[in-house]
Amino acid sequence: MPNAHDALFRTLSDPTRRALFERLCREGEQTVGALTARAKISQPAVSKHLGVLKQAGLVRDRHEGRQTHYSAQLGALAPLVEWTSQMAGFWQNRFDHLEDLLKRMDQ
Amino acid sequence: MSKPETLSVVVEREISYPPEKIWRALTQPHLIEEWLMKNDFKPVVDHRFNLRADWGAVDCQVLAVEPNKTLSYTWAAYGLESVVTWTLTPTPTGTHLRMEQSGFRPDQQQAYQGAKYGWQRFIAALEQIVTRTD
Repeated sequence: MPNAHDALFRTLSDPTRRALFERLCREGEQTVGALTARAKISQPAVSKHLGVLKQAGLVRDRHEGRQTHYSAQLGALAPLVEWTSQMAGFWQNRFDHLEDLLKRMDQ
Repeated sequence: MSKPETLSVVVEREISYPPEKIWRALTQPHLIEEWLMKNDFKPVVDHRFNLRADWGAVDCQVLAVEPNKTLSYTWAAYGLESVVTWTLTPTPTGTHLRMEQSGFRPDQQQAYQGAKYGWQRFIAALEQIVTRTD
């Protein structure tokens, strides 16, 4: 679990931010205005969250006239897949140790 | 990834010992240390404890204790908060032991209406990535 994953985990651990990201995954590219219209927070707050998502590489922005369009970058999720495989390996190993211990424990 | 709405790790194993014996290994600090990590665990709901290893520490808090059946605690490390849940089911030959670590708390997922569908897509996307990187 390298520390390089911290930013990604922190970014997605915020429910509001994750909700914005999920909407972009589900519905495709959207403007800040469209995202704000259905969020329960102000446009500056939405923009701030989008900025954090962008820093983590989870979204990309595209300027068109006065509008900024955001889209999800699914490739940035790869470390999460790594997390699940790393944790699965960690727990398999711990299960082995647990079984060894159970053998040693008194009946 | 057993549940579509969560990012989770599941490890299951048939173990040839009764649930009571496994429960001791899961809940007694000197036994936990032997297979998992050094700790100050207590099987008491809301008890906060640490798991300590050479590579760092994990901050935990007990969520549920049902002796010989289920044990659940939070597991926060590297900026990711998760929940570890142990389930012990007796079988004719011993115990079916199941560990699930969920990457995000259910209450956080429910914070957003319609998030369930979003998570299904999210997980589908993850699976695509796995397929691509394999």
